[in-house]
Amino acid sequence: MESIIPILEFKKTCVSYTKQTMAVKYVSAAIERNTITAIMGPSGCGKSTLLRAVNLMHNLYSNIRVDGEILLNGENILLMEPIDVRRRVGMVFQRPAPFPTMSIYDNVLAGFALNGIHLSKSKKDEIVESNLKNVVLWDEVKDVLNKKGTFLSGGQQQRLCIARALAMKPDILLMDEPTSALDPIATKRIEELLLELQKKVTILVVTHNMGQAKRISSRSMFMYLGELVEYGDTETMFSNPEHERTKAYLIGKIG
Amino acid sequence: MNDKLYRTILFIAALTIPIVCGGVVYALITDAYDAFEHFGFFRFLTSSEWSYTEGAEQYGALPFITGTLLTTLLALLFCIPFSLPVAFFVGEYFKGSRVASILSTVTDLLAGIPSIIYGLWGFYTLRPVIITLNISPQGSGILTASLVLAIMIVPYAASLSAEFIKMVPNDLKESAYSLGATRAEVVRKIIFPVAGSGIFSSYILAIGRALGETMTVTMLIGNTNNIPTSITSTGNSMASIIANQFGEADGLRLSSLIAIGLILFLITAVINMIGKMMIKRARIS
Repeated sequence: MESIIPILEFKKTCVSYTKQTMAVKYVSAAIERNTITAIMGPSGCGKSTLLRAVNLMHNLYSNIRVDGEILLNGENILLMEPIDVRRRVGMVFQRPAPFPTMSIYDNVLAGFALNGIHLSKSKKDEIVESNLKNVVLWDEVKDVLNKKGTFLSGGQQQRLCIARALAMKPDILLMDEPTSALDPIATKRIEELLLELQKKVTILVVTHNMGQAKRISSRSMFMYLGELVEYGDTETMFSNPEHERTKAYLIGKIG
Repeated sequence: MNDKLYRTILFIAALTIPIVCGGVVYALITDAYDAFEHFGFFRFLTSSEWSYTEGAEQYGALPFITGTLLTTLLALLFCIPFSLPVAFFVGEYFKGSRVASILSTVTDLLAGIPSIIYGLWGFYTLRPVIITLNISPQGSGILTASLVLAIMIVPYAASLSAEFIKMVPNDLKESAYSLGATRAEVVRKIIFPVAGSGIFSSYILAIGRALGETMTVTMLIGNTNNIPTSITSTGNSMASIIANQFGEADGLRLSSLIAIGLILFLITAVINMIGKMMIKRARIS
């Protein structure tokens, strides 16, 4: 049954910041469960804008309009309460942003605390441990759980943010250039982690790094000037792009 | 050559400030010396006598220290429920909007009103209300002075707090929203804790303002030299006793007034230093 309804589907999704200009134009695409899908494209192509539509981030800003449909397990999220959508859709941002006043332990549990969900101490311990293990951070921090999250290195902070998002057991994890603020070694660790995590959660990742898209994603979208130019298997797209523009981007002619 | 001359001029100009400041402190100390010597430093601080009968002069600062601390503390209490909402309104809820900029302009305007005007308003508008409401028979007193003082420090506390609230990174707020938090939860559990030390330090600076405010308090506090027994009783603050009596005082009494001035200066300097230090730390983190 699961395979019939895609976990996430864009149907003629449009996002506009002003009445005249559309940042995302009529994007239609279905995302496959338990894959990593990369959204590529040059700066300003609308890739982050599209991503942020999925957890209704645009609702925070009154000037932004989202039209069309975005179906999460067949349900149009544009008609749902933002809070319900965001609990089912996790997000990791470009710059690692652990909550600076909270300990590492409390950062993992931040989603529960923010939603006013009370947990027993043993349940908390279990959630913290399993999620930090999921992001391969447990061994590094298990003795300093009470230290502030900001005490960690950039790469560790980003893994902590991934753990924080995963703790809410989202159906889908959105990542907005999650490694662009990290050094190559930290980037490599995150990429390895994502390849492991896709078994548990569907990942949609925006990247301007073609190499990264090639290394980790099984499906890729190429966006240009707000339009979805091409969407398909990453391998096929890189070896044999269908569209001229995709090809031009991939060989570095535009970007 | 030109550069050297320029630097010398700058150096001399810059040196003037510490020299003047040092001179003020020196003058305060030498003029206050008599009082401290006559009564003893700690006895001067803890004595509540203030009598200038010739031959039996007794001066102590306690009633005025109490008056100052009481008015300042009350002013702070009254100020918080007005300044904090303004800070969140301007710094978060309506950040960058027209309403917010109008509100913050109006708040800043309050800061520009001369204290004599506040005093007049307090005396002719607020005092009759206090009398009518039967809060105190004479109308003036600690409470009346604190209420007007509170209005006067709202702009400082509000605009500085708003600045710290604005500084909370958008990444953090969006992270919290992405976890399913409502706006109220983001404000309460993310923005408030993160901006907390900055907000706290802006209140410390507001206290610094209130401690030394002279004109308004002198006009409204009632000018009696006893330790206030309740918030509706009359009293004097450190600044208001000086303003009231410096013209007619000489000898030991003048020295005692200057000693009170020195104590006020020290308290204000310490409070301001703590506030500035905390602000610096809050800005860095």
